[in-house]
Amino acid sequence: MTPKRKQRLMLVGLMLGGVSVAVAFGVNAFKQNIMLFHSPTDVVAGAVQPGQPFRVGGMVVEGSVSRSEEDLAVQFKLTDHAQTIPVRFEGILPDLFREGQGIVAMGAMDTGGTFGATEVLAKHDENYMPPEVAEALEKAGKMPGTAATYGNKTVVEP
Amino acid sequence: MIPELGQFALILALCTAVVLAVVPLAGTITGHTGWMAMARPAAGAQAFFVSLAYACLTWSFVTHDFSVLYVANTSNTSLPLIYRLSGVWGGHEGSILFWCFISALWTAAVAVFSRSLPQVLLARVLSVLGFVSIGFLLFVLWTSNPFERLFPVPIDGASLNPLLQDPGMAIHPPMLYLGYVGFSVAFAFAVAALIGGQLDSATLRWMRPWTNIAWMFLTVGISLGSWWAYNELGWGGWWFWDPVENASFMPWLVGTALIHSLAASEKRGVFKAWTVLLAVLAFSLSLLGTFLVRSGVLTSVHSFAADPTRGLYILLFLGVVVGGSLLLYAVRAHKLTSTASFELLSRESALLVNNILLVVASAAVLLGTMYPLFVDALGYGKMSVGEQYFNAVFVPLMLPILLIVGLGAMLNWKRDKLSGRAVPLAVLGVASIVLAALLATQLLSFKMSAVASLSLAIWVTASTVYGIVHRLRNKRKRLSAVLHTPAAFWGMSIAHVGLAVFTVGVALTSIYTEEQTVRMELNDDHSVGGYSFTFTHLDEVRGANFDAIEARFAVSRGNAELGDISAQKRFYDVRQDTMTEAGIDAGLTRDLFIALGEPLDGGSAWSVRIQTKPFIRWIWLGTLFMAAGGLLAALDRRYRKVGVPSTTSDRTARPALRSDKNGQGSSASIPVTTRVSAPGGQTGL
Repeated sequence: MTPKRKQRLMLVGLMLGGVSVAVAFGVNAFKQNIMLFHSPTDVVAGAVQPGQPFRVGGMVVEGSVSRSEEDLAVQFKLTDHAQTIPVRFEGILPDLFREGQGIVAMGAMDTGGTFGATEVLAKHDENYMPPEVAEALEKAGKMPGTAATYGNKTVVEP
Repeated sequence: MIPELGQFALILALCTAVVLAVVPLAGTITGHTGWMAMARPAAGAQAFFVSLAYACLTWSFVTHDFSVLYVANTSNTSLPLIYRLSGVWGGHEGSILFWCFISALWTAAVAVFSRSLPQVLLARVLSVLGFVSIGFLLFVLWTSNPFERLFPVPIDGASLNPLLQDPGMAIHPPMLYLGYVGFSVAFAFAVAALIGGQLDSATLRWMRPWTNIAWMFLTVGISLGSWWAYNELGWGGWWFWDPVENASFMPWLVGTALIHSLAASEKRGVFKAWTVLLAVLAFSLSLLGTFLVRSGVLTSVHSFAADPTRGLYILLFLGVVVGGSLLLYAVRAHKLTSTASFELLSRESALLVNNILLVVASAAVLLGTMYPLFVDALGYGKMSVGEQYFNAVFVPLMLPILLIVGLGAMLNWKRDKLSGRAVPLAVLGVASIVLAALLATQLLSFKMSAVASLSLAIWVTASTVYGIVHRLRNKRKRLSAVLHTPAAFWGMSIAHVGLAVFTVGVALTSIYTEEQTVRMELNDDHSVGGYSFTFTHLDEVRGANFDAIEARFAVSRGNAELGDISAQKRFYDVRQDTMTEAGIDAGLTRDLFIALGEPLDGGSAWSVRIQTKPFIRWIWLGTLFMAAGGLLAALDRRYRKVGVPSTTSDRTARPALRSDKNGQGSSASIPVTTRVSAPGGQTGL
């Protein structure tokens, strides 16, 4: 083997090695960070184990939001109009969080059957409904209005 | 009347685009010079008509013509003039028209600044750009007509989304689009090279400034977007790995790889097929970005609509562009052979490693962005990929880049030995670590991760500066040597230092940020990160088109009063939207960030988010450096006096060029096997 070939082989070997390490890292990180979406119906049906992180979406039940007197803890109920689950959260809710509004929350169920949210997302448009929520509602057969009501909203550039 | 004129101009623009796409290309096939010569006037005519259409839409915005549906949807009589001008690209239809406008401008710019290009090549390049234009003009006319009328005419419009009423947001899309569309020029050259089956160094040299400029705009666009998110979203974050952010970041990563591989291809004639592939990928990812943002397939804070026909059209268009160019690549790429050799320790190797890392990083981002969409499309349920995935993959990939960036830049082409430089480099390496440890402990507090990332940033700077010094060694007249160093070299060095500055900002912000969300009543005080914040005032204020509640906080550190910070909660009139306007006290070494949450107990108390963010400005400062470096490199005199790439003029050109000729093996029978180092090795980039 000529020295030149040897060098080229080394270069190719280094690249292959590097790329495989990167892929291994990537796949591993990927596996650990996938978050599934479940509707309240799925949750009540026992689709997730307590402590396992996932995302849940639905409408905030009117009149269900209650805040703590001392700190920023808040509790509310989330529904897809078929099933309802209680959610607790501590921190600042997004500007468009309102009762009767569609939201998506990230977190996990505790053993008592309450969803402990680490993050709550509401979209920046008063009529907008997150696509997962819309779909979950449709599945439960409780979609308010028709799909067209949110289909013709103005699109906004990032 | 004016909107109809705009519509008419758009149709004419489509006609000229068809002429531009078809006639010159037919000319290259039949060898008809007159047909090829059509390319330039057609490009000019297209630019004229698209600009006219764009001006008509702007006019409708300025004069509040709410009989135009798009204006009624995105504007309002109370909207300030600047947001009416930026509102033109604030919604879907207008932003696609804006795409066409920028694309037409780039095409015209290529037509104007291409006197030195051979006619056949120019005809092919402009034809490809014409095809891209057809795709987008059809999209506008077919699915997203901005001039559609509305009857009955509303008295007032629905107004622009308040989130977009921000100076940063007004110029973010144009910059981003200039970058996206700018990659179409590199793409057109790549496709033209594939059609012609050859890519010589003069053409490559011609591509470089264009790619640099596009990359510069994309850099500015992305960092403006990040800056806007920091200011307007009220979370105090600057990057969320949101799909729409990723959509702009992927072309940036591949574009960065392209800039570097172009250097190697131009100078040494290596990686040619790879360079062409990167040019195709960069533009394809730009189109993918447009698709992701515009089709509304994303679960993201950015895409607010779903319109299947539009999505389907862009997907089809993407399929034609990517599929067509990759097919062409598969058939023709073998013609772009590289026969020049290089050794393990050479600038080519360093650039190769850079390219691999950037492309792998881009692929990782692509996986994280697209996988949830595929899973959803295939009906396996809804899922999302968390921020941690991106950080976990991205950070390890960037570390080796930081290690070799300064080193690679000082290596010679073809082969090099570090023997004379090993000792100074080792000293610099150790010094970087010591300095980083000192700085971290003195300025902030000791943390291993901070020391590691600071050392890397200092190392990048130190090795870059050492590269400059090393380059100028042995020069008798130092000053004249500095003055004669090409602008491209300074541009590169500045961009690399920018990377170091950016690294400092990212690392220190993510490691040392302190955040607290607290409940505060008037006159409460709270301390975060060594600063004390006192809630002093709560007022109602009236803005141009919103009411706001303004909270004022007095800030102090120890006994020193640092002034006030005001944060607002805004309620926009027309759309009834609530918006958080964060109060930020900006500084070079730290930002103090306050955002109002929500009123508690009927408004007597507020939930407040307080953050101290060390060195966050350095993130955007770093990107500014990078952009400035890209611009400076593009302005290099070497690119402006590009010789006609006919064989005769190359012979008379400088030695650097002659070595390229050998290296790229345009006369494929003479592979370079000599061990003599290339004459261009020292001088070039």
